Amino acid sequence: MPSTAGSTTPTGAAMRPEAAGRVRRFSPAERWVHRATGLLMLVCLSTAACLYFGPLAQLVGRRYLMVTLHEWSGILLPLPFVLGLGSPAFRADLRRINRFSAYDRQWLRAARRRRNRHAARPAGKFNAGQKLYAGWIAGAVLVMMFTGLLMWFMGLLPSISRTSAIFVHDILAWAIAIVLLGHMRRALEDPEARLGMRTGYVSRSWAQRHHSQWLGKDRTTTATTTPTEADKV
Amino acid sequence: MARKPKPGPEPEPNSDTEPEPEAEGAPVGRRAMLGMLGAGAAGLATAPYLQRKWEDFLAAASQVDASGLTGLLPNPGGFRYYSVVGSVPHKDETNYQLRVTGLVERPRHYTLDHLRAMPQARVVHDVVCTDGWRVEKVPFDGVRLADILDDAGVRSPGAAIRFTCFDGAYSESLTLEQARRSDVLVALNMQDRPISHAHGGPVRLYVAPMYFYKSAKWLSGISVIDKVVPGYWEERGYAVDGWLNDADRRGNAA
Repeated sequence: MPSTAGSTTPTGAAMRPEAAGRVRRFSPAERWVHRATGLLMLVCLSTAACLYFGPLAQLVGRRYLMVTLHEWSGILLPLPFVLGLGSPAFRADLRRINRFSAYDRQWLRAARRRRNRHAARPAGKFNAGQKLYAGWIAGAVLVMMFTGLLMWFMGLLPSISRTSAIFVHDILAWAIAIVLLGHMRRALEDPEARLGMRTGYVSRSWAQRHHSQWLGKDRTTTATTTPTEADKV
Repeated sequence: MARKPKPGPEPEPNSDTEPEPEAEGAPVGRRAMLGMLGAGAAGLATAPYLQRKWEDFLAAASQVDASGLTGLLPNPGGFRYYSVVGSVPHKDETNYQLRVTGLVERPRHYTLDHLRAMPQARVVHDVVCTDGWRVEKVPFDGVRLADILDDAGVRSPGAAIRFTCFDGAYSESLTLEQARRSDVLVALNMQDRPISHAHGGPVRLYVAPMYFYKSAKWLSGISVIDKVVPGYWEERGYAVDGWLNDADRRGNAA
């Protein structure tokens, strides 16, 4: 029983005080991947805005600096992900994100019908929306990198005109900005989801409410709330 | 994928190494990613067609758009503001000066009034930026650069021009032959209005047959030198001769 977990641990003083009622959601490596990716994305988007919007461009200027920051933050964007592949926890979550279960389809149907009760939206560790978002943004970042490199190194592929690359880059930038706003809005609506990404732990009740299929199916996660496991990456 | 050998003991037993309860079912995440990659490739392949449609749509939308929001959309068909420095001083009749120096018989200092009193020429041509935006058939009025060079008198071995700007950083270059073309202006008006500060006013260069980065904004110095010195963006990888694809490279296109 989870309630007895604290009493069976003699080194309870070393535990996080809330660990008994909490479950591990993200390892430090995963949180660093998220943090670094988020920071790079923020630099990439804000410099893009300074290059793109007239009033901001007039305010900030410094076009060469903005271009350089934009290019390098963009090219480095997949790096945290690639480094994260060294972490078993990160790879395990990638496998979870990739696969769609029957309850994910149920989640999507409920989302389409705007049914927001938790019971109507079963989810594993990641819900269907998070899975689709992750897959889509991975593809979108790769397309942005490819078209960005075409603009950066003119004449890399002469068969694709620079104008075409810019067109796809511009349109997709808008799509990414809108989708990221949705991503951040979801986070803003749910303080405990943010807590999970910030500290790595969420309450068991939150997990059961929002990710009903996660802990029930994945009993071993309880073991990771012990301090020795929690410190591993 | 990068499966690195781990230092230290394996963290077993652990959900990471057991068969995943959630790692079954269709690989929808991968499909979402590949779908986006496919859409990107299709977008690149059909971009010329899509872009034409998009511009038509924007042109139609901007007719009924009072808010000006369509100007924010991709390829808005208008000018965009570029500056390589943080802030650019404002100049007007009281403090603007164009200095012509270097290999010339008579170094010159022109005020705005001087420039306005000289014979004016008009060039109507497309403005094309390397970043994909274009404004068609923009009228520029001003003094032909050739007239200013004649006024100062180019000395031997003068063979190129270096332009400097009062933003303190930007520079541009032309060969003497390019500078003498009749479609190269020291422009005072654009679209029949005095050139505003945001567009490089009160005086900017307009080199009609080349990409717009050659048309230096906030022009303040014309120096005749013996060989071409690359300008600001040219030191950063841009072509020194920024000819438009359809430009007449030999004669006077205007």
